[in-house]
Amino acid sequence: MMTAQEKSPRRSFKRQKRVKKWLTYLLMILLAIFFMFPIVFMLMSSIKNNEFQVVTDMSSLRAFLPIGDLGFQNYKDVFESQNFGHLMFNSVIIMLLTVITGLFVNSMIAYALARLRFKGKKFLLSTIISLIIIPFESVAIPLLVLVNHLPWFGGETSWLDSYQVQIIPFIADAFSIFLFYQFFIDIPKDLEEAALIDGASYFGIYWKIVLPLSKPIFATVAILQALNSWNRFMWPLMVTRGPDVRPLTVGIQSYFGQDPRLWGDLMAFASLITIPVLIIFLLFQKWFVRSVASTGIKG
Amino acid sequence: MAKQKNIKPTVPKYRRKESLTAWLFSTPAIILLVLFLIVPFVWAIWLSFTNQRLIPNPNLPTEFVGLRNYIRLFQDETFQRGLLNNFYFIAVVVPIQTSLALALAMLINQQLKGMNLFRTVYFAPVVTAMTVVSIVWTLLYNPGEGLINAFLQAISFGRLGPYNWLLDTKLVFPAIMLLSIWQGVGFQMVIYLAGLQEIPHALYEAAQVDGASGWQQFKHITLPQLRNTTIFVVLSTTIMAFKLFDQVQVMTNGGPQNASMTTMVYVVEMGWGQLKVGYASAISIVFFVIVLFVSLIQRYLTREKGSAA
Repeated sequence: MMTAQEKSPRRSFKRQKRVKKWLTYLLMILLAIFFMFPIVFMLMSSIKNNEFQVVTDMSSLRAFLPIGDLGFQNYKDVFESQNFGHLMFNSVIIMLLTVITGLFVNSMIAYALARLRFKGKKFLLSTIISLIIIPFESVAIPLLVLVNHLPWFGGETSWLDSYQVQIIPFIADAFSIFLFYQFFIDIPKDLEEAALIDGASYFGIYWKIVLPLSKPIFATVAILQALNSWNRFMWPLMVTRGPDVRPLTVGIQSYFGQDPRLWGDLMAFASLITIPVLIIFLLFQKWFVRSVASTGIKG
Repeated sequence: MAKQKNIKPTVPKYRRKESLTAWLFSTPAIILLVLFLIVPFVWAIWLSFTNQRLIPNPNLPTEFVGLRNYIRLFQDETFQRGLLNNFYFIAVVVPIQTSLALALAMLINQQLKGMNLFRTVYFAPVVTAMTVVSIVWTLLYNPGEGLINAFLQAISFGRLGPYNWLLDTKLVFPAIMLLSIWQGVGFQMVIYLAGLQEIPHALYEAAQVDGASGWQQFKHITLPQLRNTTIFVVLSTTIMAFKLFDQVQVMTNGGPQNASMTTMVYVVEMGWGQLKVGYASAISIVFFVIVLFVSLIQRYLTREKGSAA
């Protein structure tokens, strides 16, 4: 401040601003290091072939550098001993089926609630909004008893160890319905009315007019549901006993529980789960951010 | 509407068709929500008054036991430890995570180059599965030569550590808190960012004309304008804290000596591990009542002022 006063006020103001700018960048870079270091560490450890080196490197910056005997041996191990491909298939199929059917089921009821006139609409809407409060965690145990006794088409008398038990309970989602409802209610009605007069069916209107206008909300709901499905852990842990229908999250946890812990393999496994999601996130970043921001309107 | 003359005779039939379509569109969601949310929820209440087991024992028929499960809860030290830990988690994580999220949002909301890149970096942990995060951090917390121990020793010139993070009853829960903040703060940051971008610029311009300092602008414009966002962030983080499960299950399974036990870990241990479905349902109901209470506070607080949001 003392030296600043001696110079022309304008120049000192400029300098102050520049110093502030660089301090901001410094702070942001330090924060970036905090958020990136575990991910960089995971990726670097995963390509170190020597299991001992993964652990001994941790006492220095070598942990973040590609040094030593590098290669994809850990990745090979995960594919061979842990049947990674199959676990990946399980996670992807569960996610896709949950998200795609969920988009239809939730948007259709939301369309009816936002657009059509029928008796009981207000009651239905307020029921669904109040269902948002019930967390899945509070019904998990009774649901476990329930799915244990549900029949399936092949004559099975229990849903345990199946794909459907990881998909069907998560298709309908009160919060997704609410997000769709809020979006549909703001679409201008003119187009639909014109289509109705032209003799279009309600399904035709939903399919040909409302759907194309609502791509943003479909993307939002799809991303939120996909992330939830991909990361889901507690429920698949309880309903899958073997590796047949198990998703990646339970697969890596079970591998983690085995002795001895092969950290190189574990880091490769962790990287294999993370890299595809990170790539998709980088490609559709705007949509991810928008989806998360939209959860803020809840309540 | 304009051509009412022509439509009039067909209105009742039209209406019936509309109503039928509406129910047809709603049926799949209603069936699924009833079967997988409402029925289990009501059943949880019923089960909590019984001694039902996951795999029924033919020698021990399920009985109605009244309030026995709930009375047992009050004497169950592990349950109390779990609930207490949830409150401990809230007391530490909610203030830190909320203020860090706001700080990050304000940092990347500046008109500087490269802000999108920083946003990407800060948000990346959010898309990383919690199971993966837990395993990576277990290695970071490795006793002895773990990276976090090495870092602490380096910055303290060897005075701090090494600690046995996940096996020390005092350190295990703070260790879990740190990685939870690391993984979750980006989510709240984005919600705050959306809130910041809705504040009218004119407010800041007016304040600058009046000669308000940066801190004054923050205190008198930013914070009050973000009131509803803050309520949302605080209470949704609180609810998430009550659901705390994945990281604890993977890293410590509630140990050592229940030092990292949480309500949900205990529910799963009782209901799925020990097959005591009745007792686990009673804990689930207590858990639900707490979450309901927090949600109602949120709805009350946000409704009070701006119903525009």
